Amino acid sequence: MNLLEYFARHHREILQATLEHVWLVGIAMLLAVAVGVPLGVLVARQPWLARPILGGANIAETIPSLALFGFLLPVPWLGDRAERIAIAALALYALLPIIRNTAAGITGVDRAIRDAARGMGMTEWQILFQVELPLSFSTMLAGIRVATVLTVGIATIAAAVGAGGLGEFIFRGLAMVNNQLILAGAIPAALLALIADFLLGVCERRLQPARS
Amino acid sequence: MSSETKRTAGRSSLPDAHPVIEFRHASYQLPDGRALLRDLNLAVERGETLVLLGRSGAGKSTALKLINRMLEPSDGAVLVEGRSTLEGDPIELRRRIGYVIQEVGLFPHFTVEQNISLLPRLEHWPDERIRARVAELLQLVGLSEAEFLHRYPHQLSGGQRQRVGVARALAADPPILLMDEPFGALDPLTRAEVQCEFQDLQRRLKKTIVIVTHHVAEALLLGDHIGVIDAGALVGLHTPKDFMSATEPVTAAYTANVRMFEKLEAPE
Repeated sequence: MNLLEYFARHHREILQATLEHVWLVGIAMLLAVAVGVPLGVLVARQPWLARPILGGANIAETIPSLALFGFLLPVPWLGDRAERIAIAALALYALLPIIRNTAAGITGVDRAIRDAARGMGMTEWQILFQVELPLSFSTMLAGIRVATVLTVGIATIAAAVGAGGLGEFIFRGLAMVNNQLILAGAIPAALLALIADFLLGVCERRLQPARS
Repeated sequence: MSSETKRTAGRSSLPDAHPVIEFRHASYQLPDGRALLRDLNLAVERGETLVLLGRSGAGKSTALKLINRMLEPSDGAVLVEGRSTLEGDPIELRRRIGYVIQEVGLFPHFTVEQNISLLPRLEHWPDERIRARVAELLQLVGLSEAEFLHRYPHQLSGGQRQRVGVARALAADPPILLMDEPFGALDPLTRAEVQCEFQDLQRRLKKTIVIVTHHVAEALLLGDHIGVIDAGALVGLHTPKDFMSATEPVTAAYTANVRMFEKLEAPE
């Protein structure tokens, strides 16, 4: 039985797993953006917070993913359901590129533009929301793009704690020494990563601020 | 300091009794103790243009930033319309003071229209009034509304950007205009052009203006008074007329520079 036949026969399960995968990654990314962007703003605004915040995110990044899933198992509310663990761990991994790029985008705004904004009487919040963040969008999105591609890959490991997704096929395949099964998980995961990369890349170029 | 504030409060009942901008023994020090400006005493009357002339790093821009409280004096006081800049809300103060800087600082993600209308929008003007004001300002700085309204800053030439910068600073019709090397980034010919236009604007608008420059020709052309600043101190204050006969060394160096060019122009 060749690979195509296998895909044809099991397309329902593969589609189901792919949707689970997208869901895990999607929720994790929403969480990571919701937390990472404000932290990035803090890093840019309060240099004394840069070290602890970036340091913390850096440490999270260095924990082996399998171990991180394991560490989160005993955490009260999180440990109750496998998807919660998976989403929390994935969001944690996605945090660093998002924080770093948000901060880089904001500190990269031309000093003259900030000065002009301040001098004409804009408040700090107005400067942030109307000037700095819009001018940082493409840099921020580049970070979100990197984080998304990374997360699509790491999410396959979520199957180890029973969170579902395309990792199910890979782990089953590994256990049964069945390459077709492994590829049934790996190929859709790779395609997902490529599609996410492409779509976010398009958004990124769209949002590129016109520079003089 | 408190006695000075009292004196000012007493005078402020008469609207024109005090200068629009006044430096009283104003100093500015960096946190490390380095003095950028020492004991500055200066007054700018209503409708007058003061040019601060000096080398880069002499403290001119620092003086300018004390007026709109981008910086706060470490000693002495700066009074705007009779009130210390430290009284009240800095945002409110800055909205009554137009500010133009060398790099212009137009927002690259905003069109010309959005750039100019930003402050009126923040002040919640009605749409109709904003539209009319933008049209009026574009006409004032000599840019065609049809052609430029929806352009982005990167689609403008240096001179056009500068004109939009001036229009933006004038948007909410502030009584005071601060300009930091406003024409510094322009090539000499465009610069001369924009300077002449600005001179015309100055006559029509009668704003109180402070311009910072290191170009002596610009100072002579635009200033009612020229304050020469050197190493953080005011070393001379002249009208353009008596500027050329001033004797203090720094100013004399500037006039010598001007004469050098006059010699070139003179027929042999």
